[in-house]
Amino acid sequence: MKFIDEYRDKDLVQKLVEHIKRVSKKQISLMEVCGGHTMSIQKFGIPFLLPGTIKLISGPGCPVCVSDRKYIDQAIAYARLDDVIIATYGDLIRVPGSTSTLDQEKASGADVRIVYSVLDALKIARDNLNKKIVFLGIGFETTAPGSAVGVINANMEGISNFYLFSSHKIMPPAMEALIDEGVKLDGYIAPGHVSAITGTSIYKRIPEKYRLGVVISGFEPVDLLKAILMLVYQIEKNDPKVEIAYTRVVKPEGNIKAQQMLEEVFELRDDWWRGLGVLPKSGLKVREKYADHDAEIQIPVKVEPTREDKGCICGEILKGIKNPKDCKLFAKACTPENPVGACMVSHEGSCHAYYRYNRD
Amino acid sequence: MSKTILLGHGSGGKLSNDLIKDLFVKYFSNDILKEQTDAAVIQVASKNLAFTTDSFVVDPIFFPGGDIGKLAVAGTVNDLAVSGSKPLFLSASFIIEEGFSLADLERIVKSMAQEAKVAGISIVTGDTKVVNRGKCDKVFINTSGVGGLLPKHINIGKGSNIQPGDKIIINGTIADHGMAVMAAREELSFTTDIKSDCACLNHLIGEALAVTDQIRFMRDATRGGLATVLCELAEKKNFGIEINEAALLVNENVRGMCELLGFDPLYVANEGKVVMVVGKKDAEKVLETLRKNELGQKAAIIGEVVNEHLGRAWLTTVIGGKRIIDMLAGEQLPRIC
Repeated sequence: MKFIDEYRDKDLVQKLVEHIKRVSKKQISLMEVCGGHTMSIQKFGIPFLLPGTIKLISGPGCPVCVSDRKYIDQAIAYARLDDVIIATYGDLIRVPGSTSTLDQEKASGADVRIVYSVLDALKIARDNLNKKIVFLGIGFETTAPGSAVGVINANMEGISNFYLFSSHKIMPPAMEALIDEGVKLDGYIAPGHVSAITGTSIYKRIPEKYRLGVVISGFEPVDLLKAILMLVYQIEKNDPKVEIAYTRVVKPEGNIKAQQMLEEVFELRDDWWRGLGVLPKSGLKVREKYADHDAEIQIPVKVEPTREDKGCICGEILKGIKNPKDCKLFAKACTPENPVGACMVSHEGSCHAYYRYNRD
Repeated sequence: MSKTILLGHGSGGKLSNDLIKDLFVKYFSNDILKEQTDAAVIQVASKNLAFTTDSFVVDPIFFPGGDIGKLAVAGTVNDLAVSGSKPLFLSASFIIEEGFSLADLERIVKSMAQEAKVAGISIVTGDTKVVNRGKCDKVFINTSGVGGLLPKHINIGKGSNIQPGDKIIINGTIADHGMAVMAAREELSFTTDIKSDCACLNHLIGEALAVTDQIRFMRDATRGGLATVLCELAEKKNFGIEINEAALLVNENVRGMCELLGFDPLYVANEGKVVMVVGKKDAEKVLETLRKNELGQKAAIIGEVVNEHLGRAWLTTVIGGKRIIDMLAGEQLPRIC
C-alpha cells in the first residue's frame, strides 16, 4: 500500500538499525511521549532490533491513561441521565470508573454511542433534538481541534443540544514536568500528530532549559528508527535541538488554522494528570463565549466519590520510572479484559501494548 | 468479571472464552463438551459423527459477498468440515421480527438453498418463531449440522497430534469478511469494493484430506480472526507457534480500511478461511492441492509449530522484529456473523 509499505520496508529498516548500532556508543534512555508510538514500537517488535545501548521508555502520551478517574465517573453520571446520549471515541468505553464503565452502563440501558468523528456526534444531535448529546472530548492537540470544530459548528448551526465534556490536555507541560521530577532521560521522541498541529515551537524550551533533544517522529517503523538515529547523533555530539523526522506531515509552523480554532474555543486551565498531579496551564477548558455547549456548565450532575485502585502503579509507569512488567498486578489481576488501570485499557496505553505484544 | 453481559462476551475473543469456560462448560460439564472443538465428536451406533451449532445475527443482513443466509449455511458447514468430517445434514431455525419483508426472507432462504447445493448438504429440519417488533433485529438464524467422520480424522478437531516442525497453512487473504460487513454498515458512509470471503470450505478441505494423512488440526478463523485461532491453538500446549507476518496476505482495499479505522487484520473476522496444521513432509503437497481450488488459490504457509516459547504464538513482524500474538480482549466489532 502506497505511503505505508515504504515505511515498513525491511531492507530500509535493517540499514537504519545497522546505522544506529554504528553510531550509538553511550548508554541512553529515550522516551516516546506518544501512546501511538508505544503501540507501534511494540507491534512491530522494534525493541528486539535495537542495540543494548538504547532503552525506550513509554511516556505520558496516552490521553485515556493520564485522565483523571473522576472524568470517567462524571461521564458515567451523564450516561445515567435519561435525556443524555453519550458520543465517544471507542477507547473510553471500557475504561474503569470508580464503580462502573461506560460499557457496563450501555449494557444496563444507557445510550452510549461510539463515533469516529465529532461530526458523527453532531449528526446524532441533529437527529435527536429531544436529547442532550454529550461528546467526550479527550486527547491532546491532535483531537482537540476536532472538538473545537464540533463546538464552532454547533454554535453556528444552532445545534443547542450538543455539549462538549472536555478533558483535552496539551503536551509540553507534561514533558517538562517529567524532567523536573527527575526522571532519567536522554531525549524525547516527540509525537507526530500533536506536532502536525502545533509545529516545533512548543518544544523549544526543552533543549534550551534542560539540554535534551527532541525529535518529532511518525508512526511507521522507518519513521521511528529515523527519529531514534537523529537523537543518537544529537546525544553523541552533545548537540540537543528540536528536529523533525516526520517531514512529510509536520511543518515547523504547524497547522495554523487548527491552532486558531483551538484558540477560539479553548482556554488553558490547571489540570490533573495521572502520575504527575496538577500541572499548571496544561488542560483545555471551553471558553465562556461557548459556555452554551460546555457540558460541565450546562448539565449539572452528581458524581460518585472517586476511588482509585490500590497497587496500580500506572502513575509511575506513565512517568517512565517503572515498566509495566514491574507492576505486581500486570497480566495477573490487571488484563485488557479486566483492567485495573487505564494504561491497560487504552490501545495506546503502555500496559496494554506490553500485554499484547511483549509480556513474556 | 462484569455482572452483566457485554457485547465483548460475543466477540469470540477472551471474554467469550471465559464465559464458555466459567459458565457453560462448568454447568453442562461432560467429556465431549470439555474438548471445546468446533464440532463435537459423538458416536451413534458405533459410527463417528461431528455435531455442531451456530447462530447468526449479522448486521446488515445483506452485505457484499453474502448475506445472513449464506453465512448461516457456510458457518455450520465449515465448523463440521474443519473437524475433519463430511458435512451431511443441517437444521435451520429462524427468529423473525414482526413486520420483516417477506421478499427479503425469500431472498435469504433462496441464498441458503443455493449454498446448501454448492456444499452438497441438505437442510432437513427447522423452526420458525416470530417476535414483536423491536424484540429482535430483522432476522436471526440458527443452524445445526451433522457430518460423518472417518476414524482416522477424529483427532483433527482437537489437534492432539500436533508436533514441532508442523507447518501452518491458511487458504488465502485475511480480514475480508469483517471489513466487508463494516463497510456495509450505514453509520460509516464508506464506498469500497471489499467483498466478504463467506464460502463453504468443505470441498476444499475434502480435497486436502484426500491427498494426505498429515493434517493434524484445522479451524476456521471467524470471529476474533486469525490471531484468536493461533492463540487458542498454542494455549496451554507443550509447543509454541511462530508466524511470519510477511507471509500473511491482506487485500489492498481491506488493508486500507483497517489502517484507516485502526483495526489489526489479524483480529478481523473471516468466513471462508481455514487454518491448517500440516506435517512438514506433506505441507507443500497440501498447499498445491489447496491452490488448485478457487477458494485456495492464494493459500500460503504462514508459520510453523516450534519447540520454543511453549504455549505462546509469536509473530516475526514485517520489519523483522518479534512480538507475541495475543487473544482479542473485548469487542472489536459486534454482530459480524
